[in-house]
Amino acid sequence: MEIKSLKKINDFLWELPPLGEMRVPGLIFASQKLVEEMDEKVREQVTNVACLPGIVHASIAMPDAHWGYGFPIGGVAAFDPEEGGIISAGGVGFDISCGVRTLTTGLTKDEIMPSLERLIAKIFQVVPAGVGSEGKIRLTPAQIDDVLAGGAKWALDKGYGLPEDLGYIEEGGYVTWADPKQVSDLAKKRQFREVGTLGSGNHYLEIQHVFEIYDAEAAEALGIKKDDILIAIHCGSRALGHQIGTDYLVTLAQASKKYNIPIRERELVCAPINSPEGKRYFGAVGAGINCALANRQVISHLTREAVYEIIPQAKLEMLFDVSHNTCKVEEHVVDGKKRRLYVHRKGSTRAFGPGRPEIPPGFRSIGQPVFIGGTMGTCSFILVGTEFGTEQAFGSACHGAGRSMSRKRATKTWRGDTVIKDLSAKGIIIRTRSYRGVAEEAPGAYKDVVEVVNAAHQAGLAKKVAMVKPLACVKG
Amino acid sequence: MKPWYETFEHGADIGIRGKGRTLEEAFSNGAKALFALMADLSTIEPQKEIQVECTAPDRETLFMVWLNQLIALADIEKMVLSEFNLTIRNNNLTAVARGESIDPQKHDLGVEVKGATFTMLRVFREAGYFVAQCVVDV
Repeated sequence: MEIKSLKKINDFLWELPPLGEMRVPGLIFASQKLVEEMDEKVREQVTNVACLPGIVHASIAMPDAHWGYGFPIGGVAAFDPEEGGIISAGGVGFDISCGVRTLTTGLTKDEIMPSLERLIAKIFQVVPAGVGSEGKIRLTPAQIDDVLAGGAKWALDKGYGLPEDLGYIEEGGYVTWADPKQVSDLAKKRQFREVGTLGSGNHYLEIQHVFEIYDAEAAEALGIKKDDILIAIHCGSRALGHQIGTDYLVTLAQASKKYNIPIRERELVCAPINSPEGKRYFGAVGAGINCALANRQVISHLTREAVYEIIPQAKLEMLFDVSHNTCKVEEHVVDGKKRRLYVHRKGSTRAFGPGRPEIPPGFRSIGQPVFIGGTMGTCSFILVGTEFGTEQAFGSACHGAGRSMSRKRATKTWRGDTVIKDLSAKGIIIRTRSYRGVAEEAPGAYKDVVEVVNAAHQAGLAKKVAMVKPLACVKG
Repeated sequence: MKPWYETFEHGADIGIRGKGRTLEEAFSNGAKALFALMADLSTIEPQKEIQVECTAPDRETLFMVWLNQLIALADIEKMVLSEFNLTIRNNNLTAVARGESIDPQKHDLGVEVKGATFTMLRVFREAGYFVAQCVVDV
């Protein structure tokens, strides 16, 4: 992105002044290097979002922002229903509530290493992953509605997990405003056999060790120490979420016309929050969120069973569960006034600062835990939300490193089996059903996660707590 | 001559493109480009078939809807598809798609496609051929 047209606020914050039809400025939280590496499409999409009715404060881009569908991936925007605010499919995306859940294990690196090969083989065997994989759970149409209404609590009621898990999931494990009636039969039918599956693409299940602690106080509150073993699960709402995205692109395209909302990019189609179409979509997004939370809960259960079989003394406990592609109602103070806003986070994570009542009591003084995933060959980070980020970015942080190379070019550059061999030489075990998928997700195809996380930290969006490195990974 | 179906670059995801002497052939080849992301088409045998019907206000949207129908139906049946015979009349499409149940040992699987999108969605004529394309979210 051409840096000259941006107004520099500080080394990690750049403003796109509100010109033309923009109702608010654009704000890009990133280092100069990251801004310069961003696609011009990010500027275009940040600008387009800034033109939508009812937007408040700013159209925001995270340090890893890249060209998305309507919103940039790494885009955040909040809309006020009292000011004609809208809800947009582009601000949520196809993989509703895709997110990362991290579990502690009570094990150290030394304790797990002798069993690591056997453990990842067992997890690979019990957690369905890859194109066309099916879960063990078979659902009827009535049962799928229970999943969509109950989220992780549904899974818990069916015996998947522990009651204390729910307190460490955003919204306590399920959103109450989900409306399964607003989800098409086709979407539900696609999900009958997909609850408890990882998916493919950039989804993964990773065994990690804590490599470095940056903030001892926060790490203690989170219950993590150097050399601890963690398990991270990255996946979303599977086919049901994808189908909601597909279905509502059509519904919202019609609504945009009906309500005369100018659409500057077709994926930005939207409806007023208070319109029947807007309410239907919001209810469907809630159902998608619950589907994703149920999915991660079931996968956690399968993972627990696998770990306990191989290492009986392990104890898998929830650290936290964050979601990436969501629209949620939240209270925020804007221009000194407390307002109830519909916050869209597309490819970005909620990252509430200390004190927010939504944060579990044990973490409330340090801020909400945030996980930023790197690649299977590098590292990932644990951070906590900040007051500054809550004030300036509706409590949001980036969700990953973002690609630096297209999938097409990655498959021409690397071979999956070679990538796996190279990682094995570095001591990282990969299990997959798709060599092609591994080539597309090769560590070299992603931006430097360290640069992205440092930008989020220095911009003040979230505070670094720990760096974790992969030991073994199931790739979807 | 360029291939009848191909992929093209997009930052985070990937574009798919089909070409043909007729609109139907372009749509059929677009579907092949889509399923080539999920599996090696040469390994798929046409053992089972799926009926597809869809409609849209214009032929560009029809291409996106067609691909999304295929994604949904193949997902429900847990199939990968490689052959597509279709007719298009006034933006109404009927088709028979053939393929077989997914077998990770046999099909050299790639990635699942979450959805076909409006991004770079175009259906146009070029040097006497029909071309249909869009970016898909993977």
